[in-house]
Amino acid sequence: MSKVNAILQGTLNWVDERFPLTSLWKDHLAEYYAPKNFNFWYFFGSLAMLVLVLQIVTGILLTMHFKPDASLNASGVPVAFASVEYIMRDVSWGWLIRYMHSTGASAFFVVVYLHMFRGMLYGSYRKPRELIWIFGMIIFLALMAEAFFGYLLPWGQMSFWGAQVIVNMFSAIPLIGPDLSIWLRGDYVVGDATLNRFFAFHVVAVPLVLLGLVAAHIIALHEVGSNNPDGIEIKKKKDANGIPLDGIPFHPYYSVKDIVGVIVFLMVFSVIVFFMPEFGGYFMEYNNFFPADPLVTPPHIAPLWYFTPYYSILRAVTYPLFGIEAKFWGVLAMGAATLIFALLPWLDRSPVKSIRYRGPLYKGFLAAFVISFLILGYLGMLAPTPARAIVAQICSVIYFAFFLLMPIYSSLDKCQPEPDRVTSK
Amino acid sequence: MSCDDKVDCGRRRLLFATAAVGGVAGVAVAVPFVASMLPSERAKAAGAPVEVDISRLAPGEMMTVEWRGKPVWVINRTKEQLEALPKIDGQLADPKSEKPMQPDYARNATRSIKPEILVAVGICTHLGCSPSEKFKAGTESGIAADWPGGFFCACHGSTFDLAGRVYQGKPAPTNLEIPPHMYLGDAKLVIGEDKKA
Amino acid sequence: MKKFLTAILFAPLLAFASGAELHLDRAPDKSNDMAALQNGAKIFVNYCLNCHSASYMRYNRLKDIGLSDAQIRDNLIFTGDKVGEPMKIAMQRAEAKAWFGVAPPDLTIIARARASEFGSGADWLYTYLRTFHRDESRPTGWNNLVFANVGMPHVLWELQGDQVMGEDHKLKLVKPGKLKPQEFDAAVGDLVAYLKYMGEPVAEFRKQLGVIVLIFLAVFFVFAYALKREYWKDIH
Repeated sequence: MSKVNAILQGTLNWVDERFPLTSLWKDHLAEYYAPKNFNFWYFFGSLAMLVLVLQIVTGILLTMHFKPDASLNASGVPVAFASVEYIMRDVSWGWLIRYMHSTGASAFFVVVYLHMFRGMLYGSYRKPRELIWIFGMIIFLALMAEAFFGYLLPWGQMSFWGAQVIVNMFSAIPLIGPDLSIWLRGDYVVGDATLNRFFAFHVVAVPLVLLGLVAAHIIALHEVGSNNPDGIEIKKKKDANGIPLDGIPFHPYYSVKDIVGVIVFLMVFSVIVFFMPEFGGYFMEYNNFFPADPLVTPPHIAPLWYFTPYYSILRAVTYPLFGIEAKFWGVLAMGAATLIFALLPWLDRSPVKSIRYRGPLYKGFLAAFVISFLILGYLGMLAPTPARAIVAQICSVIYFAFFLLMPIYSSLDKCQPEPDRVTSK
Repeated sequence: MSCDDKVDCGRRRLLFATAAVGGVAGVAVAVPFVASMLPSERAKAAGAPVEVDISRLAPGEMMTVEWRGKPVWVINRTKEQLEALPKIDGQLADPKSEKPMQPDYARNATRSIKPEILVAVGICTHLGCSPSEKFKAGTESGIAADWPGGFFCACHGSTFDLAGRVYQGKPAPTNLEIPPHMYLGDAKLVIGEDKKA
Repeated sequence: MKKFLTAILFAPLLAFASGAELHLDRAPDKSNDMAALQNGAKIFVNYCLNCHSASYMRYNRLKDIGLSDAQIRDNLIFTGDKVGEPMKIAMQRAEAKAWFGVAPPDLTIIARARASEFGSGADWLYTYLRTFHRDESRPTGWNNLVFANVGMPHVLWELQGDQVMGEDHKLKLVKPGKLKPQEFDAAVGDLVAYLKYMGEPVAEFRKQLGVIVLIFLAVFFVFAYALKREYWKDIH
């Protein structure tokens, strides 16, 4: 036994002289000290990593069978659409891989939205973690792009008309807009050229960007250390060896804990994949089982649920301003709604980070923000009516007020004192 | 590795048990992922048996049929060609067809069901090129003065006789594959299926 | 201002009020009834597969519903296709378009595509196939309750008979067909069950596998949770 150990140790030394394997292991896992009071909300970071891996693996396997081709086959069905059904039927286990990928797309947004909300609850974006937050926000944008490009690929009715609508948004940009949207499509309508380039973006370009950003996100996190539900810095109280008193090594403590979270997540994930892969039309829209038809728009088109809050904001803007049409301002508002999160580190003037020690003002604004976000998301799935437009307008105002008024209400708020050491509640 | 105190022992046992269950989970996920790269139902359907009418295949002629995306040769050998087969046994790597490159019913001197009709997969057993026919005997073939007629693979120079048997000292390791086949009546050949099934 | 306030107060109510309703009859669930599925497959190849293809569905997949290769070849294939082939049709799409105004759509996944907030795709098909009625204003002489101005004539007319729209907007059977109304409903139920099966042949297996996966994950959870407790007992 000791001989085997000696050989293993020798091999490890050989590698370590050439590649910092042991020190990477220590820096990022065995001697990365995380606060010991992580709660439920702290599962979603590692779950996002898990879903990313799942999407990459299932995506690679799907790429082996999918054909980004909008031309019609002998039965009059677009080749891309038929190749998805080919995966669902003729490829061994293709149905499972495809459902994992389609469910994974929605799961990604569930997990990422909860992960972002965790950051807002506990002030994880505050100094010194501004860059982690910024990288995270760019990941969020890349993820939206990835989802959008990917949704065109099955070449169903919703794929087609969704892409049509979103690409046309770019035509709202003054002067260059119309040419820009033609350039994006590579055609005057969404067509074969669009399908091919969206495929390239979905399987090569955006995943590369995502991987790089995720690495940057984690490197930055491990540089400054994790925040925690109390929003206090554990590095301020260290023992004689320089180890934070409230810190525990990520491995094994959080690795064994995250496995539990992963299994619970996989149970929910499996319930959807195996028993309700369409999830009532929210994860896979029914109309997308009709092949793309450039001549017929479905009676009601809505983006998938993860885009609907922003889609609602887009539709809520109905007034022209400064002589520029409402369409432009709608697109601008929608863009601003996704980007404004990135400003949180500078908008928040509260003396404390965590919701636990914040006053009623912040709690009230956050609650109003969450409620209006959910209402906007719900309205985005429904067909527009004048009454709904008014609700969406009110919610949009609340949405932006949460951010833009934050410098005022966060500094006026009556906060409680932060504790010296982390607490476990 | 002995465990000295009680706590560590329990923990290690639990660790191994959990790792084992996790390993099962990993394998269970890997199986469908790996299986998805196997031939699909479409590929299997394309591999269905092919029916060929050989009534107009004259002696000395050959036709090529596509089966599972591969060329299958059907050759109607002349009497002289058949008689020449045993004479070259000494130059061949596996003259008695001992290696399992054919169904049992084709494991005979002519490697065929009907003596004159050879059905063989036209894929060189070396690296998968399709050899070309060199039926003309002698120097005219461009191979050797004593060439009795057969097949020549241009990729790496393997030679086969008119029963698809490989010559000695050539890169191809085995004789050409004889696919499962059978006759429905005199002139109707079915490739890819035999009565066994 | 008063108007604005009223709008704010009542907007939420109006906003969530639903729009037009589509009433659909509930299709009977015959997903595990092999005899019904086989009968549905027979109706499908006899009445639908002349104009509509099912080009992602291979004939030999029908083994799922208890048919053998020989049964499929002898009873269901009229075209000389092999059992490994998909259910294609000979009709040219251009001709079909000239005859019907639109090319008849491929039906492989129609039962998935027709689902909506009003009911499953099977419900829609079950209602659709039973609510054709005479309408002389249409080129085919037929109209439909759930698919207004449909291009397809009533293909199952011989079986169902003639229905007309009454003054009360209800359908009345004025000329009986070969089947009694409840027999016709049962036959359509079989056909719809088959269409639903064809939309996702793996559906039943998927659910069975899901149960196994969930049981396995539950076991895994017990081990992983015990391991987590074991490690975390040192942390206070």
